[in-house]
Amino acid sequence: MSGELVDGVVPPSVSNRANVLEVENLRVDFPTDDGLVRAVRGLSYTLAPREVLGIVGESGSGKSVASLAVMGLLPKNARVSGQVRFGDENLLGLSESALARYRGEHIAMIFQDPMTSLNPVYTVGWQIAEAIRAHRNVSQRAALEKAVELLRLVGIPQAADRVHNYPHEFSGGMRQRAVIACAIANDPDVIIADEPTTALDVTVQAQVLESLRIARERTGAAMILITHDLGVVAGQADRVLVMYAGKPVEVGTADDVFYRPRMPYTLGLLGSLPRLDVGGRRRLTPIQGSPPSLINLPPGCPFAPRCPMRQPICQQEEPELRPTDHPGHLAACHFSDSLVGVAPSDLFRPTARDDVLPEDAGDSAAPEVTA
Amino acid sequence: MLAYTIRRLLVAIPLLIVSTFVVFLLVTFSGDPLANLRTKQPPPSPQVIANYRHMLRLDQPVLVRYWHWVTGLLHGDFGPSVQGGGTLDIGHALFQRILVSLRLVIAAIIIAMILAVIVGTISAVRQYSIADYVFTFTGFLFLSLPVFWFALLLKEGAIWLNNHIGTGFKTLGESSPIVGPGFGSHLVDALEHLVLPTITLALTAYAAWSRFNRSSMLEVLGSDYVRLARAKGLSRSRVLIRHALRTALIPFVTVTALDIAALLSQTIITETVFQWRGMGDFLFTAIRALDVYAVLAWLLFAAIIVIVANLIADLLYAVLDPRIRYD
Amino acid sequence: MTSRPEEPLDLSSPGAPVQGMSLRQEAPPPSAEYEFTVRARRQWQLVLRRFLQHRLAVASLAVFIAVVLFAFIGGALWHYNYQQFTGDYSAPPSLKHPFGTDAASHDTFAQVLRGTQRSLEIAIFVAIVSTAFGTLYGSVAGFFRGPLDSVMMRVVDLFLTFPLLAVAAILGDQLGPKANGWFWIALVITALTWPYVSRVVRGVTLSLREKEFIEAARALGASNARIIGRHVIPNVMGPVIVTVTILVAAAILTETALSFVGFGVQAPDTSLGLLISQNQTAVETRPWLFYFPGVFIILIALTINFIGDGLRDAFDPTQRRVRA
Ligand SMILES: Nc1ncnc2c1ncn2[C@@H]1O[C@H](COP(=O)(O)OP(=O)(O)OP(=O)(O)O)[C@@H](O)[C@H]1O
Ligand code: SF4
Ligand SMILES: [Mg+2]
Repeated sequence: MSGELVDGVVPPSVSNRANVLEVENLRVDFPTDDGLVRAVRGLSYTLAPREVLGIVGESGSGKSVASLAVMGLLPKNARVSGQVRFGDENLLGLSESALARYRGEHIAMIFQDPMTSLNPVYTVGWQIAEAIRAHRNVSQRAALEKAVELLRLVGIPQAADRVHNYPHEFSGGMRQRAVIACAIANDPDVIIADEPTTALDVTVQAQVLESLRIARERTGAAMILITHDLGVVAGQADRVLVMYAGKPVEVGTADDVFYRPRMPYTLGLLGSLPRLDVGGRRRLTPIQGSPPSLINLPPGCPFAPRCPMRQPICQQEEPELRPTDHPGHLAACHFSDSLVGVAPSDLFRPTARDDVLPEDAGDSAAPEVTA
Repeated sequence: MLAYTIRRLLVAIPLLIVSTFVVFLLVTFSGDPLANLRTKQPPPSPQVIANYRHMLRLDQPVLVRYWHWVTGLLHGDFGPSVQGGGTLDIGHALFQRILVSLRLVIAAIIIAMILAVIVGTISAVRQYSIADYVFTFTGFLFLSLPVFWFALLLKEGAIWLNNHIGTGFKTLGESSPIVGPGFGSHLVDALEHLVLPTITLALTAYAAWSRFNRSSMLEVLGSDYVRLARAKGLSRSRVLIRHALRTALIPFVTVTALDIAALLSQTIITETVFQWRGMGDFLFTAIRALDVYAVLAWLLFAAIIVIVANLIADLLYAVLDPRIRYD
Repeated sequence: MTSRPEEPLDLSSPGAPVQGMSLRQEAPPPSAEYEFTVRARRQWQLVLRRFLQHRLAVASLAVFIAVVLFAFIGGALWHYNYQQFTGDYSAPPSLKHPFGTDAASHDTFAQVLRGTQRSLEIAIFVAIVSTAFGTLYGSVAGFFRGPLDSVMMRVVDLFLTFPLLAVAAILGDQLGPKANGWFWIALVITALTWPYVSRVVRGVTLSLREKEFIEAARALGASNARIIGRHVIPNVMGPVIVTVTILVAAAILTETALSFVGFGVQAPDTSLGLLISQNQTAVETRPWLFYFPGVFIILIALTINFIGDGLRDAFDPTQRRVRA
């Protein structure tokens, strides 16, 4: 198989330290009416204590499925293989009751949609207290007091009153903060945040991210921050893993991925991101087309149909995740070397018809590719 | 909530007035109440017929008759009956019958709900397991079973067992004509007579309800909050009962309450097979006797049951779902 | 993440988008109407495919069709008439009388055929008329909303206030003995079932109203009647078909129950319910008189219910997704 992280090339930032979570060659398939959906096709990563790993990728790239697999929360029909090591234990294959001891206590999760994440029939405080009492032998009263404290920590005003509210009495942002409070209730070692801000208003997003940062710092947990928005990752992640069609296609430190991308897809993602830190006016350069169907994936690089640098070999051989010119920075592209110094707009067409910048129109060209 | 209940009951009054009026017209024009009398042998004298006409207010316009009926109701007078030579007190007779039927209906509802919750939950949690297939198939079978046929089958089976094994199933009536002294023996006797009709009614009702509970459980089991509950590290049973079942019960309870009208239909058929002197017998006898006011009283009571059941459904909804608040 | 470019893409460059993309660019912008028709057709193909995957439903459909053919063609071919006295009294099943005979020497097979015919005729009548009326009624109420909707729905409430069987019995007592008893019975059951259809249709219509293609059709100047006919009704057909299958099974059970208590189909005509009623005392002595009509009722109701289940899965596959 390809795309596997070999021990020798683990990024230096986490070497010498025991990893809190190690995922190795994770695969998830769903048998469906239309065929086998190969949602995750060999994902490996490591997470050091206190580290923040950002996982980015378009909708459908398998980010949620991969993290649900870590938690053992996938639907019954999912076929999961590989290893998810927490401490000395491989979580895959543990029974539901054995897994329950890890969930919440060691690994906590925050889901995408705060509007539906909380049970509508119980108060917010009750649900947080429940999380505490699942792992701690404390009274309901003590648990509720802790819940108030947690709500205050994540920035809910008048937490002592709000703790008795039902979820429908909370706004979306407040609900997500309540879910964060739930997640940190037992001081977990790892928090998996699956697109915690995607469903929220832009104005609320920053507040929730701030709550998340506070929560992380207070508990000292490592975090996997999943998003399809590189902007969210930029401020928080130490390392970034880019996923495409169920596979990691680029892994490295945040600086590696943001300033030295070695995979056309990453470059495309960067190009579609409005950035204020780069001087001057710049066009957005979106990636055309959509991700491939995960059923009957054709051979070769899954990004090939959309890749401006595509060469014949790309359609025959799927590139492996290989070290690049920077240590610890891996990319899965046959031509990653030729991306040195290439900007997104060199590769992708800018958004058309922009009256502000007429001089740029239609003159972008693919860079020379040396095979 | 109290204010809401009162408001709902007040709103129900116009509905009751309109529906009783429609039913009044329907029953009035569906046949001649004196047809049976006219064909009697030997023919009654014109004077007798005229007396009946007057007693049944047939000599008055329909609207006036309706007015009389409604104002009579306010005094507890359900109108004149052609049965028992015109002496039958409809209100009293119906009340007796309702007491008889109600114990069957309540027993059946309780058993059917318990069965439906258990079966539906197991089916949903073990979706596509052998148990689910078996439950699904038997559910559909009971859904497709004519209640009278099933009742007859049970009845004959019980008679066979009584004759061959000596079991003591009671297959006729709601109570024995002669019962030992004391409340206890009456209670035992009534319970013994309840067994077979209750099984019949409960199984027919449970079928649809367990299907409903299965699908609402499936929906809840796939919800984000159940996933979050699992992610918190709760035990499986706590996730299933405190989170999944608790929420799935909201629509379930509502649907069962709304199903009472349909259950009433099944009840009167079941009673017929087991020859109970309950509401079913009252209605069918009244229809055959062309006893307009008795039929009207029955329908009025059925409508009240349905309206109250609807109200209970709404109130239960508010009790079970904190998102719903009335007032 | 992708936005549609206005300039035509250069297909010769190495990075040109391939597959469906170019197609979408070249096709003329489809009208709302066109897109709708295509979508609808694809949707129906999908429904058909999913239905065919529900094996129990497909098998039930086959059995149901067999029962229909059996009742209508078999009834015409069978050498006994349901009213005929065969001269064989209370005979158990044999080659001559596959389902035996009753005390008056009627051939039970012929009677069951006739009863099945009656039950099916009533069911089909109820299905067609209550669907047509209920759909129209519900879509008008849901489409116009406001006071009209309120009034129309209060009427529906009114119909649903009474136990179906009781009202059917009251009317059936008068109408059952008429010449075309079965037709009147069917009409009564229809009158009491269409409100269920209209409730479902109204609910779906209310949510459809907000959809873009209705907005688009309205923007194109389509009349209300046209929008209801072309856009609303085709889209509510899924839920309606599912509701109607359930109602038809219920209608068969209602008709047989009604005939059983004596307010439905009356002799000399016959129905499955009436046959059971006439033979209820014979369960032990001549069980064939009791079991065969009952089995046919179950067969019809069960197959229809399974077909309905298959249709529900086909129209709404979300329930089939295995989760948790
Ligand atoms: N239960 C399932 N059965 C079949 N396919 C599934 C199932 N769950 C997910 N998939 C498929 O797996 C793929 C990956 O889905 P996933 O939810 O992980 O994407 P994602 O990267 O989280 O996207 P998003 O940004 O939209 O959350 C999708 O193509 C999805 O259709
Ligand atoms: S391997 Fe080829 S197709 Fe894939 S990203 Fe690299 S250049 Fe593009
Ligand atoms: Mg996701």
